[in-house]
Amino acid sequence: MLKKRVIVCLDVKEGKTTKGIKFQDNVDLGDPVAMAETYYRQGVDELVFYDITASAEKRGIMLDVVARVAEKIFIPFCVGGGLSTAEDIRKVINAGAEKVSLNSPAVKNPELIREAARLYGSQSVVLGMDALADPSLPSGYRVVINGGRTPTEWDALEWALRAQSLGAGEIVLNSIDADGTKSGYELKLTRLISSKVSIPVVASGGAGTPEHLREVLQEGQADAALVASMVHYGTYTVGQIKEYLRQKHIPVREA
Amino acid sequence: MKVGIIDYNAGNLRSVELALRHLEIDAFVSGDPRDLEKADRLVFPGDGHAATSMHNLRERGLDELLFNFFRRGRPILGICVGSQIVLDSSDEKAQGEAKPTRCLGLVQGSCHRLEGSSPSGPLKVPHMGWNAVQFSDTQHPLVQGIPSGTDFYFVHSFYTEVSDPSLILGRTEYGQEFTTGFVKEALAAWQFHPEKSGEWGLKLVANFFQWRP
Repeated sequence: MLKKRVIVCLDVKEGKTTKGIKFQDNVDLGDPVAMAETYYRQGVDELVFYDITASAEKRGIMLDVVARVAEKIFIPFCVGGGLSTAEDIRKVINAGAEKVSLNSPAVKNPELIREAARLYGSQSVVLGMDALADPSLPSGYRVVINGGRTPTEWDALEWALRAQSLGAGEIVLNSIDADGTKSGYELKLTRLISSKVSIPVVASGGAGTPEHLREVLQEGQADAALVASMVHYGTYTVGQIKEYLRQKHIPVREA
Repeated sequence: MKVGIIDYNAGNLRSVELALRHLEIDAFVSGDPRDLEKADRLVFPGDGHAATSMHNLRERGLDELLFNFFRRGRPILGICVGSQIVLDSSDEKAQGEAKPTRCLGLVQGSCHRLEGSSPSGPLKVPHMGWNAVQFSDTQHPLVQGIPSGTDFYFVHSFYTEVSDPSLILGRTEYGQEFTTGFVKEALAAWQFHPEKSGEWGLKLVANFFQWRP
């Protein structure tokens, strides 16, 4: 049986993880490579690194992080943030990432998805999508870009289907409404998108407890769930989350 | 032991290379049959399209290399598309082509598109993520020390059907049950990505290099 995945997301700025963390063992707290190794040992199924470096000159630091992660962990990982050309994507893939996540630049230039899928296969192309509730649209959700600050013309479901037809192999679906609240994922949005597309959907935004993951994986029909602060701050380990899900009869991988 | 990783423009070889380095296996990446000919063992990865992959192999004379390697009983490890195109044919066809793609034919069998349904609706394709592999022979040196039912990382839209059931080493269920591992003489083939399947995956790769077929 295909397992539901637990994915940890790390926001990386100029080579350091930005959210504070509190591990018990002796780990350099801001080092994304050391954090990746810790989560790998805890049995995480996949990792996402999001480059939030503001200046383009410092983007090269991220490639070094990617290359070092690839040497140490042997599970798939995805890199996103600031990838707007085929050349940006090529560098990240060659450094050892399995997948790239395309977000705002894909909305501005949808052909980027097609180009990336042609070059690296759909399995390597993830659509990162930020959605905000908006009752004026058919699906009830609007696609927003630039970290949620800029609304677009796209209906969330319409954009998801469009990205799929352009060759995206997976969608990381982030609810701006739920993001940072720790009060649970946006179940309605997740179920809506996941039941209408034929590619896997990763739910993102709002996780605070293992029960939130159970909800989104069962009721939200997500194929995977993304977590960040609930593991970064040491509230839960990946192992504890997976153990909880296992008790609730959700199939998860035993590492 | 010197190991050649076959480069035929079929996706990312970096993760295979890094996994071998981690296992301290002396490996090189090449697309030149003259270099690869010197290897003791070959790793034959692949992420791409079956028809494109076959085209790229033939263009570089790598199909001949694989035939010869196989005929001489030198070990080959096929991964993902590399496990599919060692069969006779694949339904993953070039655009506008009516007939299945003719493949290497080292092992009798064919590849077909995944389809079916899941409890929550139509089956999502590609089959992406971690899924269990049941080993038909847990004593086989390739899977020694790894429990049957261990999860490995999959990404694929086509599955293999091997004609001779005695060659099958692994089976997986997704919408239907299908073959995800087989062995013929010195050729071992896995549908999933052992190089991306955590510590058990690395063990599986290490087993291939311990194997004396």
